Amino acid sequence: MRKEILDTSTLDSDGLKKIDAYIDNLSGNKEEQLIHVLHHAQQIFGYLPKNLQWYIAKQLDMPSAKVNGVVTFYSLFSEEPRGKYTVSVCMGTACFVKGAEKVLDRILELTDSQKGKMSDDGLFTVQDVRCIGACGLAPVVTINEKVYGNVKINEVDDIIRRYKRGEKHAS
Amino acid sequence: MRVESLDALKKWKDNIPSPDTKTIRILACAGTSCLSSDSDLIIERLKEQIEKHSLDTKVELVRTGCVRLCGQGPLLLMEPEEITYVKVHLDDVDEIVEKHLLNGETVERLLYTDPKRNEIIKAAKNMDFYKKQKRIALLNCGSIDPWNIEHYVQNDGYEALATVLAENSPQDVVDIIKESGLRGRGGGGFSTGMKWGFTLQEKSDEKYMICNADEGDPGAFMDRSIIEGDPHALIEAMVIGGYATGAKEGLIYIRAEYATSIEPLRKAIEDAREYGFLGENIFNSGFDFDLEIKLGAGAFVCGEETALIHSMEGQRGEPSTKPPFPSQKGYRGKPSTVNNVETLANIPVILRKGAKWFSSIGTEESKGTKVFALAGNVRNIGLVEVPMGTTFREIVFEIGGGHPDGKDIKAIQIGGPSGGVITEEYFDTPIDYDSLDSIGAMMGSGGMIVMDEDSDMVEIAKFYLDFTQDESCGKCTPCRIGTKRMYEILERLTNMEGDPDDLERLRTLGENIQSSSLCGLGQSAPNPVLSTMEYFAEEYEAYAYRTKKTKYSVDPEKCIGCTKCKRVCPTDCISGDVRQAHTIDESECIACGACYDVCPKDAIIKP
Repeated sequence: MRKEILDTSTLDSDGLKKIDAYIDNLSGNKEEQLIHVLHHAQQIFGYLPKNLQWYIAKQLDMPSAKVNGVVTFYSLFSEEPRGKYTVSVCMGTACFVKGAEKVLDRILELTDSQKGKMSDDGLFTVQDVRCIGACGLAPVVTINEKVYGNVKINEVDDIIRRYKRGEKHAS
Repeated sequence: MRVESLDALKKWKDNIPSPDTKTIRILACAGTSCLSSDSDLIIERLKEQIEKHSLDTKVELVRTGCVRLCGQGPLLLMEPEEITYVKVHLDDVDEIVEKHLLNGETVERLLYTDPKRNEIIKAAKNMDFYKKQKRIALLNCGSIDPWNIEHYVQNDGYEALATVLAENSPQDVVDIIKESGLRGRGGGGFSTGMKWGFTLQEKSDEKYMICNADEGDPGAFMDRSIIEGDPHALIEAMVIGGYATGAKEGLIYIRAEYATSIEPLRKAIEDAREYGFLGENIFNSGFDFDLEIKLGAGAFVCGEETALIHSMEGQRGEPSTKPPFPSQKGYRGKPSTVNNVETLANIPVILRKGAKWFSSIGTEESKGTKVFALAGNVRNIGLVEVPMGTTFREIVFEIGGGHPDGKDIKAIQIGGPSGGVITEEYFDTPIDYDSLDSIGAMMGSGGMIVMDEDSDMVEIAKFYLDFTQDESCGKCTPCRIGTKRMYEILERLTNMEGDPDDLERLRTLGENIQSSSLCGLGQSAPNPVLSTMEYFAEEYEAYAYRTKKTKYSVDPEKCIGCTKCKRVCPTDCISGDVRQAHTIDESECIACGACYDVCPKDAIIKP
């Protein structure tokens, strides 16, 4: 694990150059601008993996533990990559009894991902969520802002396939 | 173009063409709520149509900040008559252009109908919602184009700054603000003049003026509306605050989530620099001041001033012990003043109209106005600015129009996750800092949620606690672990797995968290629970003694057997034939409420 943290070769070098340029342009106390640097880095990389945090710490000449402390403190920073589409499967009681778990399993299978982890193709992050208050539509799945109600297990294939093909509002 | 003096400012103001030269001025609301209902598309379409019909000389389209009646948005105000179109749809634009702009007719179907009197009301100023309001902090909000500095100047903008720099010493300004009686609008209610005075007294080569724009309460959006709708008022106030306290640098700490507010603010700062209202030697007075925006990254606790300062320094936003107060040792260890957005928005108006004028509004100990974000089970949802001392009843029933279906209003929640509930016996209490304090609530930042007879107070308390336990920064054990335990007890109770001892446990734990947490978040986190426990003890007892009815049932008298509920039930526990009264199998019911929502005859009985 430690070795991975120190290995920045897996990071996109153009992205790192952009971060360097951003840091070079900062005036005054650079350590103080850490949150702005992290916002910028997350915009470029989509998330803040540990080796990127280590890189930033090095560039700002501060302990990486401190950078990690800040990253994990604020809810807008993510250490996990997130897919283009966030698929949320409601696990409230109503959805659960209507088979939400099977729906979730099927979605994980189709997207070839694990719960909370981005799929390899970068398209999906699948998660379970607490009751979203649409019990009449159970089971409910949301993909980014779009809500799918009364989702049947055999419809899941079709919905996910459309997102894979890039058709946004598959209904 | 640099503006060097008050005279030059006034000259500029006089040369700005007054809107009267154009016959119709459309104020199109582009507040967050209206934007989410496509008001930007509506504005775009209006623009196209105005060009298409060559109406540019006759019509001025102004994209404004929040017009406040959010529940009726998107809103269009047509001056000079102030004819107000509500719930405007993109498809309505062509008709508005055709009738109103080209033929001078009113589009009747888009007017607002007063639900109480069932009467059409043409002009916003005649609506009950607006009649009782008094605007100071929101003075220009919704009336001017926030992107256009000329609009602010036209409304006396930067005159207070010019006058202060030319005529007053910093101590004079502190005295005026003290005399006005202005108190912090972010929650604490501390005298703004005294706060400024403390920083002024400190001897230091560097001082900072800080604006707290980290509005994190769920349901409060007054600060956001000010920043989006009238950013120059905030900038002017910051420069004045800097002058009064001896600070040359100002920082605005704003939530990164407020991306749409940051844009107009950045533009306003650039414009202010260009005209010399920020930068060196402002109004040739020798006073230098500049502003910087600092972004938050999603942490509710950063609304606390010491936590906010640490976050601005690039650290975890954890609070620290006071004293030393920020006015002694704040940002970078230097004397700093932290004021909330709404507080600052009052400053230019106070200086233009005088401390006496301001202190004539409000109550003995609370002067001026307060902005509330009114929401929940109430007809008119939106922003409400009223003089201190206005009663809850006036806000909810007169301005808010009461319950949308005429149901009884059981309680009003004020102050969000730090506040408490007000019950009907207190609805006639004049709202000010001290009266709220005496009934166990607090002003907070001004969220006001109306709750009707159907609201479950235990569930509501649980909702707020879920928020605070999640947002606890973790520094103090009572807050970090205590709020989590309180949440678990509430969860146990609402799952009908609790017991009567849980109530005492909840109360003791709450009181301990209040007394042993370092910052406002922990000290106030138990408030929603303790206050609902005090006023709605029977609801807690029903859960604790497991006597609460938690399943839905059908009123056989009212049920017409339409089968709608049967079809929507996720557990298939409703049975009955068409046109026969249905029944619910309570052992299978999960109390999701889906049947209640679809029943056309109100035949489903809530637990």
